[in-house]
Amino acid sequence: MITQGSAAGDLWAVNPLRDPRDRRIPRVAGPCVLVMFGVTGDLARKKLLPAIYDLANRGLLPPGFSLVGFARRDWENEDFAKLTYDAIKEHARTPFRETVWQQVYEGVRFVQGEFGDDAAFDRLAETVKQLDAERGTGGNCAFYLSIPPKAFPDVVQQLKRSGLSEAGQPHSGIQPWRRVVIEKPFGHDLASAKELNAILDAVFPAHSVFRIDHYLGKETVQNILALRFANTLYEPIWNRGYVDHVQITMAEDIGTGGRAGYYDGIGAARDVIQNHLLQLLALTAMEEPLSFDADSLRAEKEKALSAIRLPADLATGTARGQYAAGWQGGIQVPGFLEEEGIPTDSRTETYAAVRLGVDTRRWAGVPFFLRTGKRLPRRMTEIALMFQRAPHLPFAATDTEELGQNALVIRVQPDEGVTVRFGSKVPGSAMEVRDVNMDFAYGESFTESSPEAYERLLLDVLIGDPPLFPRQEEVELSWRILDPIEEFWAEHTKPEPYQAGSSGPASADALMGTSGRAWRRL
Amino acid sequence: MTIDLTETTTGAIHDALMQARRQVGGAALGMVLTLIIVTDESAQYDSVRAASQAGREHPCRVLGVIIRNPAGRSRLDAEIRVGEGGPGETLLLRMHGPLGQHADSVIAPLVLPDTPVVTWWPGQAPAIPSADPLGALAQRRVTDAAASDKPRQMLTALASGYRPGDTDLSWTRATSWRSLLAATFDQPYGNMTSGTVSAEQHNPSADLIATWLAGRLGIPVAREVSAGPGITEVSFATADGDITLSRPDGRTATLAKPGQAERRVALHRRETTELLAEELRRLDPDEVYAEALARFAVHPVDEGTSA
Repeated sequence: MITQGSAAGDLWAVNPLRDPRDRRIPRVAGPCVLVMFGVTGDLARKKLLPAIYDLANRGLLPPGFSLVGFARRDWENEDFAKLTYDAIKEHARTPFRETVWQQVYEGVRFVQGEFGDDAAFDRLAETVKQLDAERGTGGNCAFYLSIPPKAFPDVVQQLKRSGLSEAGQPHSGIQPWRRVVIEKPFGHDLASAKELNAILDAVFPAHSVFRIDHYLGKETVQNILALRFANTLYEPIWNRGYVDHVQITMAEDIGTGGRAGYYDGIGAARDVIQNHLLQLLALTAMEEPLSFDADSLRAEKEKALSAIRLPADLATGTARGQYAAGWQGGIQVPGFLEEEGIPTDSRTETYAAVRLGVDTRRWAGVPFFLRTGKRLPRRMTEIALMFQRAPHLPFAATDTEELGQNALVIRVQPDEGVTVRFGSKVPGSAMEVRDVNMDFAYGESFTESSPEAYERLLLDVLIGDPPLFPRQEEVELSWRILDPIEEFWAEHTKPEPYQAGSSGPASADALMGTSGRAWRRL
Repeated sequence: MTIDLTETTTGAIHDALMQARRQVGGAALGMVLTLIIVTDESAQYDSVRAASQAGREHPCRVLGVIIRNPAGRSRLDAEIRVGEGGPGETLLLRMHGPLGQHADSVIAPLVLPDTPVVTWWPGQAPAIPSADPLGALAQRRVTDAAASDKPRQMLTALASGYRPGDTDLSWTRATSWRSLLAATFDQPYGNMTSGTVSAEQHNPSADLIATWLAGRLGIPVAREVSAGPGITEVSFATADGDITLSRPDGRTATLAKPGQAERRVALHRRETTELLAEELRRLDPDEVYAEALARFAVHPVDEGTSA
């Protein structure tokens, strides 16, 4: 959906074989090394390593592409290759092909060491240099920091000290690049986000930092832009004249699981609202960008984020909860306070809801309700635009008893697609109107062809195409929205318990109910 | 489920489809296009199978047109498959006698409304696909020069009959080579003087790649014959030495550039299903194909000749 950035545009000017009309030829990354920190983590095994294979299998990685793993374990190249192989076998989405694996395998290297160890980083620098010579990676290097933020200062400093962060001299007339990829959390409040950014900024220029919000790699999220700006049907009603309110939901059925240590003290709002939900809100509420290049798109998102207004009374305009023991999906599960690694007096919320306003001409007076939670009935992420009721219904009151509000629902996951909900006559001799769905499902219209979010994002990093990555300004704007809420919560409230498997605390329903509205069923 | 209808009409086929849909459930919903396959009894199995596999990516209504016994009495037999092995619907339509000359009258009522129509000739194709009645129904017409007895003549004929929306599977087969070549030239390269494409003797994909390269790079590109399989090598002579992309085994390619280490990359030959899926992904006219084809008609490459 999002068009090629200027990097790809330049290629067409230089490369006689590229032609914007030639849409069979995919965007292929240039030669490069991907250095991955934290290769033994869940994310690397389940998402990143399989994504690399899938990219190679689709012919989107260049000859010579190399992957260097860096971790504490006392491993040889072979051990890391084995981990990569197993991860691919288990989690890759495209069929396994020995030839593709050989291509990936030839470029796999492992460097053992601690983040504070000078010698290890010197070895890493040496490995990258060797790969350059052996496999012609052109001096280009991306660093994927799949590690806790507390390790950032060490790693970033080491990259600088060992000279790895320096792109060096042009290779045959082309300036090599350095890029660094980071994952959420981007801090835990505005101050820490700035601090984190300062660490990166000291070594890497802003345009070479890629912040991954994997939601933005999802087809359905990019489809928001297509739905809104490629059609004439929706944009005329995409405003306060027709929309009553907007609900943005990310529900999870799981508990804190293995993330307990990280989750305690962070909570649902910082974990999900700050990044995913506010990004979805920005894409829903923003004005049409001049183009889909990174600057225009980010500028519109930033304008939308700047226009967000907090509820006047945070006590009634927000809600937070903590799951208690209960039955979820047919299994008896412990409450949050009983989870391993969570202190029994933890005040961390596992459910958060907030009512936000967007102070623009388009959205004045239209509330945006955001909610997220763990141990809810099912896993589901959606954006629902709930429309106003028709100003006049020329039916008897009994005819439209079952008629709800018209709705346009963008289902982000699972069962990606778009639903339009509207009233329709029930067949029969009486005039009776009931809600029906008109449904577009990705699974039915383009099965299998949509790449995994990480595939898309990794490729964009290697190509250097930034529109799908939030920049620091967006991160800071989001914290400006969340910080006052977190402060209020810390001072005044305790999370309200809700039963695991239920749809959240009573205060969240009250947050909606005071305006005569209700959450959509989970 | 499979429904066999003999001596039938399109109306009866339509009723049977609706009934099957009710019984199977929502399986038939959400189809994105109609794919007409013009084939014969011996080739229908493979091509319909390829189509229904490609249908996993693009759920579609497959209409297999099989012309039989042109001398006999007019008769329409239909074999309907719904909810089997794929999300779409497959109809095999056997047309006997003079009806075979009027296949479009059977197909037109069975084409899905509001969605694109693609006609595919897996075997022999008409020289002007858009002039064929079944081609005229479609906005995308897919031929396969490689299936023709004389691929080069076929390409020339296709060039003179070209209309926007025509495309050929031999061009689709060239995509993976072309993208690898394009990626190769993303990197700096020396001044090129000439190029060579080596492949089996009858390989229209190699012919089109040679023509495309010559047109794009503005250098003579020769076509050489090798033992295969498929395309085995593309090379360029530059001031600094040769740039070579070779694939002797049909699976892994090796890229060699002057002064650089050799690099290997997987480059497998693709199944018909994959080709068809690529073909169905984009339904807009392929202008780059049109240019390569037109150039081929003017400068046909042959063994030892340059494009």
